[in-house]
Amino acid sequence: MYAAIEAVRQGAASVLLLDRSLIGRGGATVMAQMTVAAAVGPGDDWRHHLADTLTAGRGLCDPALAALLCEVGAECILEMDRWKVGWARAGNGFASVQAPGHDRARCVYVDFLSTGPAVSKALRAQVQRVGDAIRRVGEVLVTDLVVQDGRVTGAVALHVASGAALTVAAPATIIATGGLTRLYARNSASANMSGDGYALALRAGATLLDMEFVQFFPIGHLAPRLIGMDPIMWDPFRYKLGGRLLNGAMQEFVGRWGGDAENGTYSTTRDLATYAITKEVEAGRGSPSGGAWLSFTHVPAAELRAAFGPVIDRLAANGIDLTRDCIEVSPIAHYHMGGVRVDTAMRTDVPGLLCAGEAVGGANGANRLSGNAITEALAFGRLAGAEAARQVAEGAPAFDVAAARPALALLAAEGPAVNTAALVARLQHIMAADVGPFRTAEGLARAAAALATLRAEVGEDPPGTPGLAHDLARQDWLDLRQMLLVAESVVVAATARTESRGAHQREDFPEMSAAWERNLPLRLRAGVPELA
Amino acid sequence: MPTTTLHIRRGGPGEAPRHDVFELAFEPGESVLDALRRLRVTDDPTLAFRYACLNANACKECMMLLDGKVVYACTARLEARDMRLDPLPNKTLLRDLATVIAPPDERLD
Ligand SMILES: Cc1cc2nc3c(=O)[nH]c(=O)nc-3n(C[C@H](O)[C@H](O)[C@H](O)COP(=O)(O)OP(=O)(O)OC[C@H]3O[C@@H](n4cnc5c(N)ncnc54)[C@H](O)[C@@H]3O)c2cc1C
Ligand code: FES
Repeated sequence: MYAAIEAVRQGAASVLLLDRSLIGRGGATVMAQMTVAAAVGPGDDWRHHLADTLTAGRGLCDPALAALLCEVGAECILEMDRWKVGWARAGNGFASVQAPGHDRARCVYVDFLSTGPAVSKALRAQVQRVGDAIRRVGEVLVTDLVVQDGRVTGAVALHVASGAALTVAAPATIIATGGLTRLYARNSASANMSGDGYALALRAGATLLDMEFVQFFPIGHLAPRLIGMDPIMWDPFRYKLGGRLLNGAMQEFVGRWGGDAENGTYSTTRDLATYAITKEVEAGRGSPSGGAWLSFTHVPAAELRAAFGPVIDRLAANGIDLTRDCIEVSPIAHYHMGGVRVDTAMRTDVPGLLCAGEAVGGANGANRLSGNAITEALAFGRLAGAEAARQVAEGAPAFDVAAARPALALLAAEGPAVNTAALVARLQHIMAADVGPFRTAEGLARAAAALATLRAEVGEDPPGTPGLAHDLARQDWLDLRQMLLVAESVVVAATARTESRGAHQREDFPEMSAAWERNLPLRLRAGVPELA
Repeated sequence: MPTTTLHIRRGGPGEAPRHDVFELAFEPGESVLDALRRLRVTDDPTLAFRYACLNANACKECMMLLDGKVVYACTARLEARDMRLDPLPNKTLLRDLATVIAPPDERLD
């Protein structure tokens, strides 16, 4: 949405904003409940934020992209404030919290646990204010990009609500499809995060990077079952209230795995916390459901209520009283550091194709700092929108429907019935079992073989007949086509990187190696992702 | 072992309405959406309903009728009894439990 707004601001006369679900509701942004990192506080400077981002990225950040994230991101946060997003205030400035890995309080938020919905709503209102220059169309699932003479000239899509195939002509195309969390059985984002953008870019001839770096969020909610709440919700609780992470015997344990004693504060980075919880569970000291306990029982009820107001009532409706009950948490797939390779104008290697948001690789290196993802989505959206407007003004070749024929043929194909929902579940279990935060050569080989078997079962054509409204079985097939390619990319990259760094931990290569302080680019050759 | 019996309205516009009956093991704490997603994997991948955010109640797509009352499937708890699910009555039917809920200016017409 930021890209669309900026494109019009920079002179584009006509922007088409497509989403496979409802506009502004289908992705991770609307689900983000926590905080946004930006150097907007007194005495802070984007260069300090950059230094922290580079440290967290363990040598793999693209420094130019990381700098844009921090510098342009701060401008976007201030602009969002003028757009009345409602950042919480303290005194004359923004209220902010210090998240792990940041050198100071730098993470702004909208109370209570409303950051993402508020950001989406503010952007949506701006998109609407722009008026007719931005046409919004929901329920359009882009399945392929159209390439003519090495340049992207548009896209082919499925109109979910009718089952019709569509073509879209565009002098500039921006991929802003978010991450790949749906590849994993336990994930925090929406069902639309199948990694479509990575697969679309690969097939169009673009390069991906750092696909091995999937961030697992250490304290995803595990038990008791909660409904109507985001599984990441315990993070803001920890920012505001500290909380204690305990093993099955109710003992603190992060120190045992290399962390500092937290003493009721929240200071452990995500990769270390994921490691500590996984190892503690492996050692047989996990909580009953196979995670760790998180306890706020030492925090007085009045303090809980002051910090989280209505959320305390939502918890009560789920039968949880934090003054009395601990909850169980465990690592959950959350974000993807890798993605499409772009330059500082968000251009991919393919002319006419730009990328923005989480779909971009490289800004966060091997590990993302908490709060950097929304900043990245806003900043890169703005940059991509400006560049798209510039490219449109330059002119582009006319769309030739002949180039769209193979992609249209796929949407018209009629394949045998298969249980695509079960196949999606199988892919998720393959990835969770062997391509989670901890990997080995043996496990990765097992995953590669299982994915190859799955690919054969998925077959060449979507099941059933085209043209049916809201046909989830066929839609799952189209998603599987993308998910398989993306899963294979993660496995290829994770197999190649024989070291441990940030979010990629190889149990058979536990050390970080100086020789590996480089990015791993991937391209598609004869339909197979290979190291470039 | 307690079970839930879901009576789910099936079919598209113009088709004679029918309710398919699915019996599934009751898992305490599950939402109705969890059960529908489970059914697609175990029984019928063609069952149509809307959702995006799973259980976060952020996308607001999963509205339907439970025993005649409008609910979000992701916040309605599954219970060990007969439960009837129908599409929203005041919206155009797409198929099964899915209806057209996008704002009119965001549709492809
Ligand atoms: C639960 C949760 C909490 C989070 N909390 C925070 C936080 O507090 N702070 C922070 O900085 N980050 C947070 N993150 C991460 C952050 O929300 C995301 O990285 C960021 O919002 C991504 O924004 P985006 O615009 O790139 O993609 P998204 O907001 O994910 O949007 C992508 C859109 O693309 C659409 N799409 C996908 N594929 C297709 C296709 N083929 N055709 C058409 N449309 C398609 C989707 O429907 C979706 O609407 C959180 C993530 C989750 C899941
Ligand atoms: S699934 Fe998103 S609100 Fe229910």
